[in-house]
Amino acid sequence: MRTLLTVFFKEIIDNIRDRRTLASALIMGPIFGPVLFAFVINLSIDRALDDAESSMDLPVIGQEHAPNLIRFLQSRNIDIIDGPADVDGAAEAVRTGAHDVVLVIPENFGEQLADTIPARVELFSDEANSQGEKEARRARSALYAYNQQLAGMRLSARGVNPMLLRPINIDEIDVSTPSGRSAMLLGMMSYFFIFALLMGGMYLAIDTTAGERERGSLEPLLSLPITRGQLILGKIMATCVFMAASLMLSLLSFYVVLKFMPLEQLGMTPNFDPGVVAAAFLLLLPFVLLGAALMTLVASFTKSYKEAQTWLSVVLVAPTLPVLVVSILTLRPQLEFMFVPSLSQHLILVDMIKNEPLNGLFIAVSAGSTLAIAGALTWLCVRLYRREGLLG
Amino acid sequence: MIAVDSIHKSFGKVHAVRGVSFTAPDGKITGLLGPNGAGKSTTLRVLYTVLKPDRGSAEIDGSDVVTDSLAARQKIGALPHGAGLYPHLSARENVAYYAKLCGVDNGEVDDRVASIIRLLEIEEFADRRTKGFSQGQRTKVSLARALVHDPQNVILDEPTNGLDVMATRSLRHLILKLKDAGRCVLFSSHVMQEVAALCDDICIIANGQVAIDDSIDGIRERTGQDDLEEAFVAAIQLVGDE
Repeated sequence: MRTLLTVFFKEIIDNIRDRRTLASALIMGPIFGPVLFAFVINLSIDRALDDAESSMDLPVIGQEHAPNLIRFLQSRNIDIIDGPADVDGAAEAVRTGAHDVVLVIPENFGEQLADTIPARVELFSDEANSQGEKEARRARSALYAYNQQLAGMRLSARGVNPMLLRPINIDEIDVSTPSGRSAMLLGMMSYFFIFALLMGGMYLAIDTTAGERERGSLEPLLSLPITRGQLILGKIMATCVFMAASLMLSLLSFYVVLKFMPLEQLGMTPNFDPGVVAAAFLLLLPFVLLGAALMTLVASFTKSYKEAQTWLSVVLVAPTLPVLVVSILTLRPQLEFMFVPSLSQHLILVDMIKNEPLNGLFIAVSAGSTLAIAGALTWLCVRLYRREGLLG
Repeated sequence: MIAVDSIHKSFGKVHAVRGVSFTAPDGKITGLLGPNGAGKSTTLRVLYTVLKPDRGSAEIDGSDVVTDSLAARQKIGALPHGAGLYPHLSARENVAYYAKLCGVDNGEVDDRVASIIRLLEIEEFADRRTKGFSQGQRTKVSLARALVHDPQNVILDEPTNGLDVMATRSLRHLILKLKDAGRCVLFSSHVMQEVAALCDDICIIANGQVAIDDSIDGIRERTGQDDLEEAFVAAIQLVGDE
């Protein structure tokens, strides 16, 4: 036990003095996530506000031929601006991207309307341009609405109930709760927590194994009267502490970021109070053990710092893959998923943030299976260090 | 006392050590001499238990290095070839780490570390981080941490490599001090003069085998060469001719 503690404290002090380890544990992981997150959220808030409130400019050729239509469009928050000189110019402007969409109202528009011939207007847009497509869609829906309105007026003028034109009334009701809506985007958070956690211990896992070997300090260490099992356990424990610290910092920095983000504007109220922060920490704690054991094991097989770095970047990505797959497929939590580390923590965390009732069995299975795998990996580390071949 | 009984060790197809036997008694300095790649380091690594021999056995004060390796390790202080320090720890912290791992009582660690630092004359840079230390400084600190638990048997693998004249001299003094204290000192080198200046017994190894194991005078006599260097060459040829 004394060996274990001696190794543990030495690795902690040694690595606190190592700027690279410290930077990755305290800055890279915990700061990178929230900053990226804040950026993405801000972007979607901007988008959301754009769609609803802001006005759009619509270049129109031949405004004078349809004053009522122009007034209708203006009432839908569409600013009418002068378009290119002629129809050829309109096509050219849209093609080059000078305008996203151009509306052309021919001279005989009013005439055709009066004669109840379908009055022709032309809407130029570029379907290959996704940004322009949005503007075109808005212009199109405004035109449809005007079409609908005129049709209704004509029917009423002839004594026909305009409701005949609406055999079906589609009413869309969004049942997602504000917390639920948050979960989509906030599901990303668990990805960052796992990333920060692993990042926090990565350099320590390398330094205590491959680094020790590369600098030639492993051989004298192994010649000491110590049990090698305790040696490697002390190293794994030190890695755990760095990972846990990094996780805690990451949780706290998200807590702060979420406080200052105008998430209500996106209709989101994530359930991320201090209680959830603490619960999330406890939930991910078994994964800390697993991450530390896994990274130490992989780094122990490598011969040099560089080689270890290469392999550990793979380890860094691996646990985030199930999270990614589930996010894309939007799978609901199931008991089978709880046996998969990182995936189980992610799903439970999403439920926590959505403020949904938690399933005790799920939590128990998640913690149990993660700890079991962590234990098996630790045992492999101990086995590996007992082998002489370690020094190659 | 270190007793080695016909140990063999292969790495893949390379048969590095082929039946090496010798004894290094207490109160004497035993030199393991041989050209590069002769199997000196492999033999020593078996002794400080980081390698297991394929065949044969070795004992440190009666403890077998394979079956009772923890007890064997307790009785040795080893300075492996090219041993590295922890660059973020000071020299004193490096030594204290080993003292604690070797089971020196918590209350005694500081005193013990201070005394070994004084003995090896490294007070001047003891509290500096070892990053950027010279080869000589590094060797001294490595040696201090190998000796901090006061082992009866001291195994040094090419300790004078990369040392300047002054550092070599002070290392030589230290080895003689250990001998006077009744310790068993076993060290390897490929430099004949260095071994001749220090050792009571010399074990010349070539091609993974013991070519000759005797005192300096004995080696002179058996090879028929008065000049030590010639004797060394002659002894190596004994094995090479086989």
